[in-house]
Amino acid sequence: MTFFNDWVDYFPDLLGGLGVSLQLTLVTLLIGLPAGLVLALAAGSKKRVVRVVAIGVIEVGRGTPALVVLQLFYFGLPTAGMTLTSFVAASLALAFTTAAYTSEILRGGLQAVPSGEVEAAHALGMARGDILRFVVIPQGIRIAIPPLMGFAIMVFQATSLAYTIAMPELMSQAYSIGSITFRYLSILTLAGLMYALITIPASSLSNFVEYRLARHR
Amino acid sequence: MEHLSVVAQGVSMTLLLTLSSLLFGAIGGIPLVLARRSRLALVRFTARALIELLRGIPPLAWLFIIYFGVGTGVIELSSFAAAVIGFGLVSSAYMAEIYRGGLTAIHDGQWEASDALGLSHAATLVTIIGPQVLRVSIPAAATFAIGLLKDSSVASVIGVQDTIYWASHESTVTGDAIVPFLWAAGLYVAMTIPCAWATRLLDAKLRKRVAR
Repeated sequence: MTFFNDWVDYFPDLLGGLGVSLQLTLVTLLIGLPAGLVLALAAGSKKRVVRVVAIGVIEVGRGTPALVVLQLFYFGLPTAGMTLTSFVAASLALAFTTAAYTSEILRGGLQAVPSGEVEAAHALGMARGDILRFVVIPQGIRIAIPPLMGFAIMVFQATSLAYTIAMPELMSQAYSIGSITFRYLSILTLAGLMYALITIPASSLSNFVEYRLARHR
Repeated sequence: MEHLSVVAQGVSMTLLLTLSSLLFGAIGGIPLVLARRSRLALVRFTARALIELLRGIPPLAWLFIIYFGVGTGVIELSSFAAAVIGFGLVSSAYMAEIYRGGLTAIHDGQWEASDALGLSHAATLVTIIGPQVLRVSIPAAATFAIGLLKDSSVASVIGVQDTIYWASHESTVTGDAIVPFLWAAGLYVAMTIPCAWATRLLDAKLRKRVAR
């Protein structure tokens, strides 16, 4: 029964940590998704230099573990004269990884827009920028929504890495309570279940959205 | 360059941890996918709940539960053992879903043909369907393995001496917080490239032996 007593006692503290994790997820996505779209467009650019630079950034971002990027931003940037708070460092580092991964998802979505529609828009005399803005991007993003939702769930899980830079998110709250009370098993299990409580319904939602969007095509 | 020799010490640990966890997952995924497709609703439901929990909780949380939770109270575990168990369990769930995808790719006619030849359900699964599922699962498993190689860096948090562990160590010792991490990043990228190349080759070879 001590298991459940612990859960009742420490749930409020962990809830605060969960709030921080969710905030970090939101900020990461708000920075990372637009950056991912820019990278996706740049990777398909007509200019060779732009294309090479964008693909280089994407490959480095996808090839490097998020933990390495996080440590580099938090411990490395201050020595270069930029001191960041753990929240800012964590959101920028995770946003970099997010941008690299989502650019590939978005590129897949943009390429899935039928080329006949682009040709039709050309024939109607639309400018290239307008074709992107009104024809390609809205449809491409729509196609990319289910995989993007899946990725957002991975970002939420990845916020647990911010434990390593002393950010008071769910994992570090659970660990610090554990190290004070020595009730590691019950507290850490509760923290794990709180992650699952968000991720499992979220992935069902993403499956549902995928099913609904597929119906209209 | 002097940083590189220190950071590179962890490469063998990163590879060992990734391969051990992948092997654990490749084997553990088999009973999970069979249970997931069981005729008994209770078994099916339990397997599904297990897969969802294993995938829904971050790897770092699993490592903490196993290393600090189980490892301090119930049985003593080394950080490497805890990491292999943690990543192995998570991998089992992902591999089970990959196998499930592979199973649907095998033509129904093969089940029917085996049935017509008088093979039992178990014999069909082991000798006909299973080997083909393993082959068609390779591309998805390889993508997962490359992700796992990068995720394995999380094990440094519980003290496994892998690539990023030595990068942090080197940066604390020398006070240079940029170059050791850049070397670590470079090493991870360098490790993933041959993996991707090798799996493309392996996939092309094994794919020839799957009936259409």
